[in-house]
Amino acid sequence: MANLKELSKKGNVVAPGHRACAGCTFPIILKQVLAASDTPLVCGSATGCMEVTTTIFPFTAWKTPFIHSAFENAAATISGVEAAYKSLKRQGKYDKEVKFIAFGGDGGTYDIGLQSLSGAMERGHNMLYVCYNNEAYMNTGIQRSSATPLGADTTTSPAGKVKPGKGQSRKDLTEIMVAHNIPYVAQGSPSHWNDMVTKVQKALAVDGPAFINVLMPCRLGWAFQPQYGMQIAREAVSSCYWPLYEVVDGEYKITVMPKEKTPIAEFLKKETKFRHLFKPENAEIIERIQAEIDARWNKLLKRAELGC
Amino acid sequence: MAITKDRIALTGNEAIALAMKQINPDVCAAYPITPATEIMQIFASYVADGAVDTELVAVESEHSAMSATIGACAAGARSMTATSSQGLALMWEMLYIAAGLRLPIVMPMVNRALSAPINIHCDHSDSMGARDSGWIQINSENSQEAYDNLIQAMRISEHPDVLLPSMVTFDGFIISHCMEPVETYSNEAIQEFIGAYKAPYALLDIDNPITVGAIDFHDFYFEHRRALAEPMLNTVIPVVEEIGREFGKKFGRTYELFETYKLDDAEVAIVVLGSTAGTAKVVIDELRAKGVKAGMLKIRLYRPFPYAQVAEVLKNVKAVAVLDRSDGLAGFGGPVFGEIRSALYDLPKRPITTNYVYGLGGRDVTLAHIASVYNDLLAIVSEGAPQNLVNYLGVRE
Repeated sequence: MANLKELSKKGNVVAPGHRACAGCTFPIILKQVLAASDTPLVCGSATGCMEVTTTIFPFTAWKTPFIHSAFENAAATISGVEAAYKSLKRQGKYDKEVKFIAFGGDGGTYDIGLQSLSGAMERGHNMLYVCYNNEAYMNTGIQRSSATPLGADTTTSPAGKVKPGKGQSRKDLTEIMVAHNIPYVAQGSPSHWNDMVTKVQKALAVDGPAFINVLMPCRLGWAFQPQYGMQIAREAVSSCYWPLYEVVDGEYKITVMPKEKTPIAEFLKKETKFRHLFKPENAEIIERIQAEIDARWNKLLKRAELGC
Repeated sequence: MAITKDRIALTGNEAIALAMKQINPDVCAAYPITPATEIMQIFASYVADGAVDTELVAVESEHSAMSATIGACAAGARSMTATSSQGLALMWEMLYIAAGLRLPIVMPMVNRALSAPINIHCDHSDSMGARDSGWIQINSENSQEAYDNLIQAMRISEHPDVLLPSMVTFDGFIISHCMEPVETYSNEAIQEFIGAYKAPYALLDIDNPITVGAIDFHDFYFEHRRALAEPMLNTVIPVVEEIGREFGKKFGRTYELFETYKLDDAEVAIVVLGSTAGTAKVVIDELRAKGVKAGMLKIRLYRPFPYAQVAEVLKNVKAVAVLDRSDGLAGFGGPVFGEIRSALYDLPKRPITTNYVYGLGGRDVTLAHIASVYNDLLAIVSEGAPQNLVNYLGVRE
């Protein structure tokens, strides 16, 4: 269990003055993740919002050592850093304790970086990969990714006269990571800081690779007023759109059980990207989204109940 | 102190794997690709037997191989990988990033044709395409040179006035799989020559955190790219010369920017890279026996390209044929031709030049092919101009 007082004493783990949008939720995620570790960290990031807004030369918001090399290879790059650490340590050339974290957006993780991520997880590097999942290519201007939900209006799946936004459902990357049989996989949300910090601590404590998929409401791409990011994140959890759970050595556990499962329409209503779904002719899409959420949630409940 | 040497029969890949074992890098990332696969295969057995201290990362693609090598090198480790052809092509994006981040990665690169059509045999289209990526490129004629060049490349790349990645190239199958005698040196002598690696900046230096790979806008990008050009313009060439001499003193084989063969008084000459130089030397000896003043320039350092030095050794030649083992598809011959023409341009009296694209996809290059080029050159000298600026040698048309 994380202690907010203790966490706040860590000071600014990310320097202020970065250029993320007002109301962006990734800086909150970043703070939660970085503050969770008592061990020094070396971090890396895929090309994306997080990288471009925190490392504008000659400034950097990173207080930990940080590397960005390209878009599709945050996992491979950090796996190389971790390999260097292992090698130097084994040779007696380095004596510090360090943990390694790679960050990537959903584009850099679900899509172009999937191979690199899968490879790094299979190789068993001692690293945590955090996907800050805002469900589209936000840095390039809101294009659909395989994390974009059904019906979402993006610039490459626009809601038009004959097409009601994205025609396909989200890929379940968290389950793909579970299928890698790595010691720790979880879903997190910045609205539940305690849950998130605890998960990061667990992830960093395991011997081997860990993956946390964090839902990141994007005020620009999801189109909401900047003050509502955390509220929307909370509703993603309460509607079971983004269940908070973890899979430790293959064992499922729901870490935040919604007191009352809220209807998905309430969540969708708050984001302009779903506005067109509320036209009468698109009612069926909302029903489909609800049905998919229910099916996935029920499956998750069963897995958690069975403890498998 | 005399250096212990062994003379043993090795293929090019075996010689390179042995050199890597003796270099003993901290990290190697490996991915298989014909004809370079053996290098990492042999190296993996060294790792498995505990003969090296290296952490071997058997990645899932060449893109990740270069990415992991970049991560390891930025962390402060001496880092290597190896590849060929399509593998190099898949690394493309990361080649530029390795150079842009000033990481002294050293990579054996076995020359193989690029698809399509798919072909596993030798030509130089792979490394030629990477010539503007910011990597130092050192070509090798045979296994001995590949072995020696790889050892020198460590010193060149890690030199504080350089800090750029290097690829050491040699011809696929012709050298990579051909067994010939190689003089090898003791581990101690090689370690003494390359010295310990101390990264100027390292991610693992957690008390002095650095941000690597920051974004530059129009206010800084140009300055950083200009700084990247500086070693290519001014420092790499003298460093390569200095290390080549030092290598000669220690190991008995001195290396220069290029090798000239009977070029001093030559009237006709060819410019060539890689294993074809060996074939050309035989032809030159035969022509010399007949009284023909034939010579050759074998380029060793291709990036940065030693323009001034090349012009100096070719200035008295009457006609020069540039042999390109890749086609520029530029409507103006191969890439080496462009370099040589450009290097000669400022001479008050320029040799006549012509270009031969040859040996694509491993097409055999015989003594007769090279002899025909010299015959053409003699005709060009007497006629005053070549019939064609760009020729294709040994192809059915």
